[in-house]
Amino acid sequence: MAEKNRKIGKKVIIEASNIHKSFESPVLKGLNLKIYEGEVIVIIGRSGCGKSVFLKHIIGILKPDEGSIYYNGLNISELSEKELNDVRMDFGMLFQGAALFDSLTVKENIGFRFYEYTKMKDDEITEIVREKLQMVGLVGIEDMYPAELSGGMKKRVGLARAIASEPKVVLYDEPTTGLDPIMADVINELILKLQSELNITSVAVTHDMVSAYKIADRIAMMYDGKIIEIGTPEEIKNTDNQVVKQFITGSSKGPIDVISGK
Amino acid sequence: MLDILLAWFEGIGKRTLRFLGNMGGITLMFYRAFINIFLPPFGIKRTFKQMLVFGVESIPVVALTAVFTGMVLALQTTYEISKFGAENYIGGVVGLSMTRELGPVLTSLIVAGRVGASIAAEIGTMKVTEQIDALETLAMNPIRYLVVPRLIAGITMLPLLCALADFIGIGGGFAVSVYTYDIPSRFYMDSFQDIVGAYDLFVGLLKTIVFGAIIACVACYYGFKTSGGAEGVGRATTIAVVSSCIIILLADVLLTALFVG
Ligand SMILES: Nc1ncnc2c1ncn2[C@@H]1O[C@H](COP(=O)(O)OP(=O)(O)OP(=O)(O)O)[C@@H](O)[C@H]1O
Ligand SMILES: [Mg+2]
Repeated sequence: MAEKNRKIGKKVIIEASNIHKSFESPVLKGLNLKIYEGEVIVIIGRSGCGKSVFLKHIIGILKPDEGSIYYNGLNISELSEKELNDVRMDFGMLFQGAALFDSLTVKENIGFRFYEYTKMKDDEITEIVREKLQMVGLVGIEDMYPAELSGGMKKRVGLARAIASEPKVVLYDEPTTGLDPIMADVINELILKLQSELNITSVAVTHDMVSAYKIADRIAMMYDGKIIEIGTPEEIKNTDNQVVKQFITGSSKGPIDVISGK
Repeated sequence: MLDILLAWFEGIGKRTLRFLGNMGGITLMFYRAFINIFLPPFGIKRTFKQMLVFGVESIPVVALTAVFTGMVLALQTTYEISKFGAENYIGGVVGLSMTRELGPVLTSLIVAGRVGASIAAEIGTMKVTEQIDALETLAMNPIRYLVVPRLIAGITMLPLLCALADFIGIGGGFAVSVYTYDIPSRFYMDSFQDIVGAYDLFVGLLKTIVFGAIIACVACYYGFKTSGGAEGVGRATTIAVVSSCIIILLADVLLTALFVG
């Protein structure tokens, strides 16, 4: 197992400050979170509480109604299109539903940035794609289309696409959901390896507590549109907060009302 | 009583606002796509693919429509104008109708149904499966990636399709006039040359450039606006086709009024 990287700098790379976002009803209600360079932070919370919405705020696909996201001190929502795209080149994102481009092959999906923004030759791109596919445990599917892949394979191709251009920050929306336990562990190891070898900052959303304990430097619990508790896996396991306790032990009895989520 | 009347007016007001909102959105879509034409990265391959979809793959259905339109036009009109002995001008009548009006409008309506629907469905599906968001995370402007190639394909391919339709329609009219009504082929050609000028052809082709932009922008606009899963994609497709047909017909009236004479 890759050793957890405990040499995390105390440099804040991403800061969410007082984020509010409503659709039909409020989803984020004043969320604050600091993410340090080189750490793996895992965000947990009930289904529908706004975890995916929050990830999309970090990369600027959604704009907060109120509050700001800072990346290296830059306010994401005040950037011009060009500046924002420059910032996005530092990011990779794995979507919950993989969001592979149907009309492109696996190779074109993973090599998207190389095909669009570099003059690299096809052979070189093929080589990178093969290497990234191998990292997520896939071989020989370069020329297949997403429709021909299983759900778990799509997820892993999405992961390969997210890390292909060696970004500084990777956002994972449920990286291990839909994978068998062995493959899930391969992905956990991969996230840790990216952190220890390339010092990549990872923000992962997951419901898989086994994976969360394994990969996280810190775990943040999201509830009622805010981060209500944050700490190392040990601290979270031993928390006194009844809401967090109920969530991590997976009990239907406790302060969280199962129906309304309040 | 007053309540009903008020509700009625409110309904009209809401529809008008929605209509204006959509028209504004479509115009904005055109504007943003137009600016992005000139910004890299240029998707030559993507544009070429859309040209194939827009142009080459539409040839059979456009040709079929054109030949029958030309034939029916000749069948019907020759019969009517022969009552006052003007049947020798049929070449000009068919030629003018095809180049000025039927070629551009019928071709555009068919392409709106065929290509507009597929654009709206494809982009709508990309929207609801977060592929559009994924484009953004990869630092690609979705307008540049998706709309620009389709806009270019629309404004370049539709005039070509229309020229083809004109040609085939006039040929269909020729066949009917010469073989059914025994009009000497020379009369057909002569009257065509006398009546139809380069200007007519030009006006017709100019219309199709506008219609091509309308088809691409309307379909993309409703594609991007899609929400609500497979059902939403279906809705977007229908509304894209219906709206682009209506807007094409409206634009046709305006353009015809502008260029009549
Ligand atoms: N584009 C949108 N339009 C309207 N409402 C939205 C949109 N995106 C998210 N929501 C709403 O925001 C809330 C949070 O959604 P989100 O996808 O972030 O949940 P989540 O925490 O990721 O849940 P899960 O664990 O099930 O993935 C949901 O109630 C959802 O209905
Ligand atoms: Mg989610």
